[in-house]
Amino acid sequence: MKELKQKLSKAFGKKNVSESLNELTLVISSEDIIEVCQKLKDEFQFEILMDLCGIDYLTYGESDWNGNASSSGFGRARQAQKSTNQKDQRFGVVYHLLSVSNNQRLRVKALLSSENLMIQSVTKIWNCADWFEREAFDLFGILFENHNDLRRILTDYGFVGHPLRKDFPMIGEVEMRYDEELGRVVYEPVSIEPNVNVPRVIRK
Amino acid sequence: MSEMKNYTLNFGPQHPAAHGVLRLILELDGEVVERADPHIGLLHRGTEKLAESKPYNQSIGYMDRLDYVSMMCNEHAYVMGIEKMLGIKVPERAEYIRVMFDEITRIMNHLMWVGTHALDVGAMSVFLYAFRERENLIDCYEAVSGSRMHATYYRPGGVYRDLPDKMPQYLESKLRSKEKLKEINENRQGSLLDFIDDFAKNFPKSIQQYSDLLTDNRIWKQRLVNIAVVSPERAMQLGFTGAMLRGSGVEWDIRKNEPYSVYEKLDFEIPVGVTGDCYDRYLVRMEEMRQSTHIINQCVAWLKANPGPVMSDDHKVTPPDREAMKGDMESLIHHFKLFTEGYCLPEGESYTAVEAPKGEFGVYLVSDGANKPYRVKIRAPGFAHLAAMDEMAKGHMLSDVVTIIGSQDIVFGEVDR
Repeated sequence: MKELKQKLSKAFGKKNVSESLNELTLVISSEDIIEVCQKLKDEFQFEILMDLCGIDYLTYGESDWNGNASSSGFGRARQAQKSTNQKDQRFGVVYHLLSVSNNQRLRVKALLSSENLMIQSVTKIWNCADWFEREAFDLFGILFENHNDLRRILTDYGFVGHPLRKDFPMIGEVEMRYDEELGRVVYEPVSIEPNVNVPRVIRK
Repeated sequence: MSEMKNYTLNFGPQHPAAHGVLRLILELDGEVVERADPHIGLLHRGTEKLAESKPYNQSIGYMDRLDYVSMMCNEHAYVMGIEKMLGIKVPERAEYIRVMFDEITRIMNHLMWVGTHALDVGAMSVFLYAFRERENLIDCYEAVSGSRMHATYYRPGGVYRDLPDKMPQYLESKLRSKEKLKEINENRQGSLLDFIDDFAKNFPKSIQQYSDLLTDNRIWKQRLVNIAVVSPERAMQLGFTGAMLRGSGVEWDIRKNEPYSVYEKLDFEIPVGVTGDCYDRYLVRMEEMRQSTHIINQCVAWLKANPGPVMSDDHKVTPPDREAMKGDMESLIHHFKLFTEGYCLPEGESYTAVEAPKGEFGVYLVSDGANKPYRVKIRAPGFAHLAAMDEMAKGHMLSDVVTIIGSQDIVFGEVDR
């Protein structure tokens, strides 16, 4: 592990490699993704892409009790709050790699700017990235360039929005029912209210 | 003569061989599959989004419902992730209980798999035999957690409670005679451990029984041998794990290579396939059941000899003793805080993987220091396996698609999340 850390620091710069909880993380810029991944596969023998997922940092570090002094008590925390955070690098793509031959794992993280949600697809390097990238596109709206078949995968046919984004409400935006008169399924705005049972708190 | 064109066939989502809600769009040339396009997400429940809105402990139950035939292994990955970030230690007895139940779960999963796989391919009786044995294991689940399937038994810091001293017995009923009742209750006279011990003694005979029915069966071999051959390089390229990877001849098992819990102290072996076809994957899983029985035997022996606590006494994370709460102010406060707010994980991220029966089940936790996870990503083995469907089915007959689905051991709870 130490050896790997040193090798990585040498190849990708010391400040980009960090270690915590016995896991190594390599943070890279989203433009270099192909170059770095190719190198990791060829030189560092990371043969398997275990996991690829998106992440949305919009409300990172926010708790439900923030804001002005209380006049409404628990009700204030229960109300779903709109985040006022403006982050330049709101989204990220996280890759978990495994090397079977060296028995090592590595996390690679690429942050994306909010204006340009594009990153090169790694399907050419690891074929299994195909569905993982489709999932990240579906749930976060991250676009993977040079992906052959970037369709939605988990959500319904004709779904609007990206449900795992932090500004997508928990209860969703539309509800569906069968309309007797029209004789078909209709979509309507949701009729239930968002509710927080346990407020989110941050304790250091 | 008119020219025959390729035609498209919709397979599922209500097809009994689709193992749940798989919808496959198959492009066929005659009976040969040209392209297979699985449409998934029909069982998508948004587990990851739901987990973000709840304190950590409340999501353990969701983990059961991911891969709903190997419940406790999923819990294990999630709970281990939390423990890793909190840095708490789990009592050794709890670790042994977890490993024992992980292996019980593995046998349960493989019994389900061998039964349905054989059923799909056309052998009815294996299914009935396999489910007879599986029922006993489900009873173990029930004895320990009160629930037959969705146990929520593993908790951060240990397991919810110690193994029961008495195995629940069948009750008198109009439907069975006194003698029959006595007979079926015979192995339930002692504790749960005695029951598991008895099961592990007899189970190798049952495996032999399934193996007698299938391994040399001509029809079984005709349907499985040389179907969907995956080379070791392709298997890694496609992100295979578990029996799918080992079936292709790659010796990789997290229990051996990155031992977690107490696997380091236990003796077991890793079966590896040679050709990487469906038949090899079948053999690998059958051998895994034998090895699991061996591990269970070791755990039972250890657990019988070593009583002790099963839950960590760090009451910031685990609930305090009910009795202590009556007189002790601190316990009362701990209890109140734990059940209204939960506990906060330190800021950071971790990826924790266990060797689930289907492959590597991983949980990627991101915490910003709050009492709820900031992001939970579940890495389900079935997701990567199903993605390889197109490559595995190409050039095979329509009937082989069913064999491949069976061999991949797909469960939609984890694929769709």
